[in-house]
Amino acid sequence: FIARALGRTDAPRRILDDAMLESLEELLIQSDMGVETSINVTAALAEGRFGKRLSTAEIKDALAQEISKIIEPVARPMPLYPKKPQVVLVVGVNGSGKTTTIGKLASQFRDAGKSVVIAAGDTFRAAAVEQLQVWGDRAGVPVMTAAQGSDPASLAYDAMVKAEADGADLLMIDTAGRLQNRADLMEELAKIVRVIRKKDPDAPHNTLLVLDASTGQNAVGQVETFRKIADVSGLVMTKLDGTAKGGVLVALADRFGLPIHAIGVGESIEDLQPFDPDEFARALTGADAD
Amino acid sequence: MFENLSDRLSGVLEKLTRQGALTEEDVATALREVRVALLEADVSLPVARDFVKSVQEKATGQAVTKSVSPGQQVIKIVHDALIQTLAGDDANAGELKVSSPPAPILMVGLQGSGKTTTTAKLAKRLTDRNKKRVLMASLDTRRPAAMEQLAVLGMQIGVDTLPIVAGQTPVQIAKRAKQQATLGGYDVYMLDTAGRLSIDDELMDEVAAVRDEAKPHETLLVVDGLTGQDAVYTAENFNTRVGISGVVLTRMDGDGRGGAALSMRAVTGKPIKFVGLGEKMDAIEEFHPERIAGRILGMGDIVSLVEKA
Ligand SMILES: Nc1nc2c(ncn2[C@@H]2O[C@H](COP(=O)(O)OP(=O)(O)OP(=O)(O)O)[C@@H](O)[C@H]2O)c(=O)[nH]1
Ligand SMILES: Nc1nc2c(ncn2[C@@H]2O[C@H](COP(=O)(O)OP(=O)(O)OP(=O)(O)O)[C@@H](O)[C@H]2O)c(=O)[nH]1
Ligand SMILES: [Mg+2]
Ligand SMILES: [Mg+2]
Repeated sequence: FIARALGRTDAPRRILDDAMLESLEELLIQSDMGVETSINVTAALAEGRFGKRLSTAEIKDALAQEISKIIEPVARPMPLYPKKPQVVLVVGVNGSGKTTTIGKLASQFRDAGKSVVIAAGDTFRAAAVEQLQVWGDRAGVPVMTAAQGSDPASLAYDAMVKAEADGADLLMIDTAGRLQNRADLMEELAKIVRVIRKKDPDAPHNTLLVLDASTGQNAVGQVETFRKIADVSGLVMTKLDGTAKGGVLVALADRFGLPIHAIGVGESIEDLQPFDPDEFARALTGADAD
Repeated sequence: MFENLSDRLSGVLEKLTRQGALTEEDVATALREVRVALLEADVSLPVARDFVKSVQEKATGQAVTKSVSPGQQVIKIVHDALIQTLAGDDANAGELKVSSPPAPILMVGLQGSGKTTTTAKLAKRLTDRNKKRVLMASLDTRRPAAMEQLAVLGMQIGVDTLPIVAGQTPVQIAKRAKQQATLGGYDVYMLDTAGRLSIDDELMDEVAAVRDEAKPHETLLVVDGLTGQDAVYTAENFNTRVGISGVVLTRMDGDGRGGAALSMRAVTGKPIKFVGLGEKMDAIEEFHPERIAGRILGMGDIVSLVEKA
């Protein structure tokens, strides 16, 4: 939609003035970057360029570069450690894509030659276990389950014992979706982490927060609270195959500096990609459109 | 991180004239802050822009009430306009057209928005409050264990679900649901569908085919209340491709500001019928525009203060 703001690509060069900066700012706001970050990014763009004549392509490129600068440092794949089992806890609000992402990740790690075990730590939602079992089958990795309504913390503990006994490289633990303002559910999550640490003080070695790209500014609060309660070590953003641009990731990178490990781009097992800052920035600004 | 509107306005508006009517300039100054507040509350930009423009026209020239500051006056005008837009002219938001049995209700929306959960919540509500006999059917042939999920929920709330038959298409399942609802003497049958992106042509065609088969009396778009700027695209696309009769906003038990409510309403003109307030089966309520209005502005109290003035 930048085309609308800037005119056609072959249009003559335009002066980078206040009106132009405002339409760029609005473009960024429409990607969910938030007002503050959008203003900061366009201000950075204006520096040294204000009043100059630029072509549309040059403006798009420069804008994408400014965004890239912010997210480049956080684009890092999920780190792997020699520890066996490496425990990966997956957390997030309801419906963000935790279970699906675990299925995709398990498949990738298995393809990379790792032995993976999954624990179905969502003992609350209807058929959450059955859903994860299907993903386990697809990825070709075993899924440890407990009855609906049972304590997710003890399941996590049992899963660690089992994964250790089996000599698994990775243990991925799914959790029930929870909104970050629900103190009771956040305490349940804190307890899962405490119990995991009883078994291994360094675990969970990775705590992934899964964010939905269609989420607006509430994602900031999600990162803030989940980080505090569960020591989030990295982010995954799902549903970037839709119309949502996920611009809030830029605000998050700026504010928290947490690594962004991967993005979800579909519902199939192969639809998980590394986070590519340049590509993301270009998609966000529409720099790819021509 | 987010200032509420009165904090925002207090700085700007102290300087405003205290006597007479609100000047165009006063209003413009105040509305710049209102625009930012709306955007921070996740109201989609084009909707925020139009809204601010309409308020500008309404507010300019209004006499300033003696007992309140111009800032409070502007807030009151904005708040009232918000409620007006959110409510529309729909008096009975929480009513569903279910009078001619078997009444089909089609549930649509993006992946993970809360369709299956909301289907069960509404089925329970129709059963308990309206004494309807409800049949639920899952047309989700894609997501792992989606059908089982609805079946488990049906069991929990004591509402029948259409038996699962592997290998059927969504249209075939819709047909079977209609048959069973007719034969079984159900008042309502609810069709839960797979989550889909509004730009996925194949899947949008699929749900349009289901609509043509079932001819739903209600088609409800289920939207995550935490949605940001994307709300306008999703609402617009689902409304043009499928045609919706109302919106359900889920996860309003979260601390999101709920700007998507305004975006949805403004873009589709369709009522927001219900809000989801949790994962439990009774965590659903009809939509109260004044609650969301206060939330979007990040302030309930100031408004009631002005209300009293
Ligand atoms: N289009 C698209 N859909 C996705 C993506 N990731 C997940 N989904 C879909 O989003 C929906 C929710 O995904 P889940 O994995 O069940 O989400 P969750 O976080 O485990 O949900 P809860 O356990 O209920 O909190 C499902 O329909 C998934 O197929 C993605 O990257 N793109
Ligand atoms: N906190 C909260 N959670 C909700 C609400 N409505 C649904 N959920 C949760 O959101 C998650 C997704 O809900 P589903 O009903 O499976 O969503 P869906 O739209 O059917 O998902 P797909 O079929 O995968 O597209 C589940 O964890 C639900 O428990 C709500 O109002 N509040
Ligand atoms: Mg899950
Ligand atoms: Mg569903």
